[in-house]
Formats: sequence, structure tokens, C-alpha cells
Amino acid sequence: MIKTKFNYDYYLRKNTLPHIWCPGCGDGIILKALLRAIHKCGYPKDEVVITSGIGCASRLPGYVDFNTIHTTHGRALTFAIGIKMYKPKLKVITISGDGDALAIGGNHFIHAARRNIDMTLIVFNNYTYGMTGGQYSPTQPLDSYSTTTPFGNIESPFDVCNLAQAAGATWVGRSTSYHAVQLEKFMVNALNHTGFSVLDVITNCHISYGRRNKMKSPVDMVKYQKEKAIAARSAENMSAEELAGRFKTGVLFEKTDKPEFSSEYYKKLESIKTK
Amino acid sequence: MSKNIKLMQGNEAIAEGALIAGCDFFAGYPITPSSEVAEILSNKLPKIGKVFLQMEDEIAALGAVLGAALGGAKAITASSGPGISLKLEHIGYASMCEIPCVIINVMRGGPSTGLPTLPAQSDIMQARWGTHGDHAIIAITPSGVNESLYETIRAFNLAVKYRTPVMILTDEIIGHMREKVVIPDKNEVEIIDVKLPDVPPEKYNPYNFTSGKVTPLAPMGEGYRYHVTGLIHGETGFPSQKTDVIQNAENWLIDKIYKNIKDIEKFEEFQTGDADILIVAYGSTSRSARQAITMARAAGIKAGMFRPITIWPFPEEQISKLSKRIKKILVPEMNMGQVILEVQRNACGAEIYGLNIVNGEPITPDQIYAKIKEVSEL
Repeated sequence: MIKTKFNYDYYLRKNTLPHIWCPGCGDGIILKALLRAIHKCGYPKDEVVITSGIGCASRLPGYVDFNTIHTTHGRALTFAIGIKMYKPKLKVITISGDGDALAIGGNHFIHAARRNIDMTLIVFNNYTYGMTGGQYSPTQPLDSYSTTTPFGNIESPFDVCNLAQAAGATWVGRSTSYHAVQLEKFMVNALNHTGFSVLDVITNCHISYGRRNKMKSPVDMVKYQKEKAIAARSAENMSAEELAGRFKTGVLFEKTDKPEFSSEYYKKLESIKTK
Repeated sequence: MSKNIKLMQGNEAIAEGALIAGCDFFAGYPITPSSEVAEILSNKLPKIGKVFLQMEDEIAALGAVLGAALGGAKAITASSGPGISLKLEHIGYASMCEIPCVIINVMRGGPSTGLPTLPAQSDIMQARWGTHGDHAIIAITPSGVNESLYETIRAFNLAVKYRTPVMILTDEIIGHMREKVVIPDKNEVEIIDVKLPDVPPEKYNPYNFTSGKVTPLAPMGEGYRYHVTGLIHGETGFPSQKTDVIQNAENWLIDKIYKNIKDIEKFEEFQTGDADILIVAYGSTSRSARQAITMARAAGIKAGMFRPITIWPFPEEQISKLSKRIKKILVPEMNMGQVILEVQRNACGAEIYGLNIVNGEPITPDQIYAKIKEVSEL
């Protein structure tokens, strides 16, 4: 356990800053929450591996002083699984955007969840492909606009959390870049969970998504997060109509009795040896 | 001491070679005709406490291999045809980030699903150029089961030494053929291990583009924290768009392979000394070529063979030298003409003929002999 006082500078690679994110982007809030959460969990920097895919969110690993791997589009979890299985003592975290995790990386997402491998996936969910100029992503709400849905989106979006749970993840939660304190708390929970944990973080891209959907400024988008988020507990007593257009936040699913893949693998090796 | 001799299949020899080389991680996806490599390693790796993973797809398999290799593993994957097409994305990543790994391609007929259970040699150019962007690669074409074992060991050594993906290109014939293999003791073969850098973490840069020496890749989790990205990066590993950094990075990816060609190249010459006709053949086709040469010599035609074992980087110098003396060259291959293009580039003034049979059957000694006769009479 690290007992030292928290200091961002200790975790940042300051020579790689400034970051590439636009002014007002929510990604920086998530980055800061992540560093505070890692500090709270007390992981030594040498034992943390962060992998990411491609996109705005996936630039995060470059800015933080851990073992960092900025991989290919959608494939961050595959690198994460490789290094975790080879060196199970390492704490492995994957950073991914909604397009990265759920479109091009959708197959890896469900299979990592199925295996219940001990790692944490943080989805920076801004409903859009921000880096490429705002095309629609698999989480973009129905009827919203993007550079490739100029007449409105007719595709049903994925619910990151429902998908993760259905596929076999054993810790599933959602927060937003507005709820920074809750976000940090959930990150600590997710990191401390043994098994595959998925934290869906609704974040704002006012540049690529917001301005095409009547939320031109970061303030509009933060308001959206504040107003549309509904604590899972409060949502229990609400009707479908009342919940329309809103998203649940909270620890949405937790299961502790499903075997974790990396420890099961090494347990199996022990049993082979003794035979 | 008696020699350890076994009868085994080509795919099995690759698995054995990998284990002798110290391979401690396999990730793959089932595909014919390479699946035996996975099946054998799924049995053997766990027994020695190492990792076998069957991933959700071909791309994930090489992704996991690269993740493990960044942790210091000697990692391997095996595939074929459509599987290799999918792996190209991560072959590029391995090149760019200089991550050692071994990729087995048991070649089958293509394009697309092609001929899953029948041989071809049609992925030679794909191995060199398949992934996008300028890069170099090492690829090896063993011609039999015994050689598959030893060349797999060499592939691991080259991968670690030059921090590069190394491809082994066999084909369905070699993969499924059974032959005698002399299994070496570990101390009889050279094995290059993954090492920690000889500088402390605070002085470590994961790349060096200008010294001419390959910087060791520090296994992650051992105190050397660094950044890996598929973006063009400087020697510190962080992305850069500076023109001189970009140029140095690109030059290095090519130079580290081509300037060390003497160390990487491997070939065999068979009866070339007095030859009037040179057969350039590799992999399983070279076996038929060898027989055809014996037939030709019995008929009074002086034929000989140059057999590249390292196919990439291509043995340009040897082809160029031989072509100054031997004015007729025949290149039989189970594709529509791939290695012949390299021969044409390097053989000055020689008449060059192809024998291209892609009907799912091996090219036979008779077919090659007939072509030798035809060429000798021209």
C-alpha cells in the first residue's frame, strides 16, 4: 500500500503534456479520477499496465507513468489478456472509447467478459468517433445526429452495461465525467474487484457530438449528464416512459462467485503438475 | 550418447522447435492446416507451467502474443491463409513497435477461403508486403520436417535479437508430412534469451534508431516503465511528428534487417558448381526440384539448385552472383509467380522461366524435369 499523500505529478508524464483533448472535454476528468483511484488502491507504478485502443480516450496511457501500451483499434483487450496471463501479478487496466470497445472491438469485449479475466475496462462513452470527426458510434442515441447520420440515427444503441453483464462480466457500473467523486469511488471498486470489471463512463464530446445535437458547449453536455443520469436505485420505481432518454448510474451488477480466468488457469497448471 | 530421433509431422516439429527455443506463450485460433501446432502446444505448454490460449479470433491471437511478448514472453502463433490476412494488422504493429514474435503460416491455396486442406506457396509476397506501410520482415521457408524444427528455433532467436516478427512459411505438405527428426539437446543449439537492458530504468529508452544496435526490449513489470504505440515514435517511445524522427524511425525498421542480412540469410546450393540451368526453389517444391535435378543429370543436363531458407530478406547477392555464371534460371513455385519477381530483379542478363502450378497438388519431380528439358533445348 502506498501511504504517501496523493500528488498528480507523481503519476503524470509531464513531458508528454499538453494532452490532445479539446478544451472542455470530459476525458481529463476521467484521467484524474483514474490516477486518484489507482493511488487509493495502492498499486506500485511498476505493476500497473494500461492498454488502450485507438481514439481520443486511447491517448490516455501516453500521459501516465505506468507500463503503457497504445495498441491497435479495438484490440486493447487482447494485448491486456496476453500480458495478464503471462504475468498475472500485474494490475491490468484497459482504456477504450465506445467505438473502440463496442464496434471494432466488440468481439474482444464480450470474450474478455465471458472469460471473467481479472482486469478493468473503462469505456469513455461519448456516443461518437471524436477523433475522426464525429461519425455515429454503436452507443449513439436513436434519432441523434452525426457526420454520418445527417438525417438522424435509426440504429439502436448498445447499452454497455447490459452487454457486459450478459456476456459474463462480474462487476459492471456506470458513472459520468460530471459525477467526478462517484466516478473515482466506482473506479476503486472496479479495480479492487477480482474478475472482469467494466465501468461505462458517460463523457462529453461537445465538439463532435454535442454541437450536432443542440449541446454546443461543454456546459450543455455536463448539464445533460447531470439531468439524464438516474441512480439505479431511484430508477427501480420508475416507469419506462419516465426512464426514456435517461441512463442508470451506479454499481449495476456484481458477482463474486464466478471463477476468474487467470487464477483458474494457474490452478489448473498446479493440478497438472501434481498428477 | 544415442541420438534422440523421432518420426513426426511438420506441425509437430514446429511445436517441438518452439519448446526447445524456450517458447512460453502461445495464442491462436483454429485453422486448417495449422491446427496441430495449437493442439500440441495446448498439451505441452501447461505441463511446463506456461501459457496456452485459444482466442476469439485471429487478430486477438496475435494481440495476446504481443501483449505477452511485451511482458517478456517468447511467444508464438500459428495460422494459415485467411487467418494470416487477419493477422496482418498486428504484424504491422509488431514491426512498428519492434516486438519479438514468431508467426507460423502453414500455407494453403487462396485467395479467400481457397483450398483449406491443400498446399500452396502463394503467401510469399504477402509475408513481405502484406501489412501496410514501409517495414521489413524476416521470413523462413523450411523444406521439410527436420528443418521446420531447427528453423523454428532460429526464428525465435532472430525475433529476440532483432526485435521483429519472424514468419515461418511452410505449407500443407510439410505441415502434415511425417519425417525423421533429430531432436537436439537444448545445449546443442544456440538459444537467444530475452534479457533485461544493461542500463538502469531511468536511463532506458525502448528504441534506438541511430546507433546501429538493437536495444533490448525490457519486459514490462520489471521496473522499466515505458510507452509503446503504433504511432510513429521517437527513441523514448512517445509519438512524434518531427520530420527527422519520422525518417530515422522508418530507416531503422528497414536497416536493422537489411544491414544485418549476412547474419539473417540462410540458403543451400545443390550441384550449382558446373550447372548450366539453375533452379531456384524453396519449401516443399525444392524437394521435387532436387529429384528433378538428379533426373536431369542422368539425362546429361547440368542442372543445380539454389534454395533460399531465409526467403525475406531475399538473397539478392547470391542470385546476382549465380546469374553471372548460369544463364538459364527456372523458378518452380506453387503460385502464379512470386519469387520469380525477385529473381528477375536480381539476375542480370539471365533467361528466367517460371513453372507455376496452383492446382492444389504438389509440383512433381516429373513436371520440373520436363520443364528443365524444355528450357535446356531453348
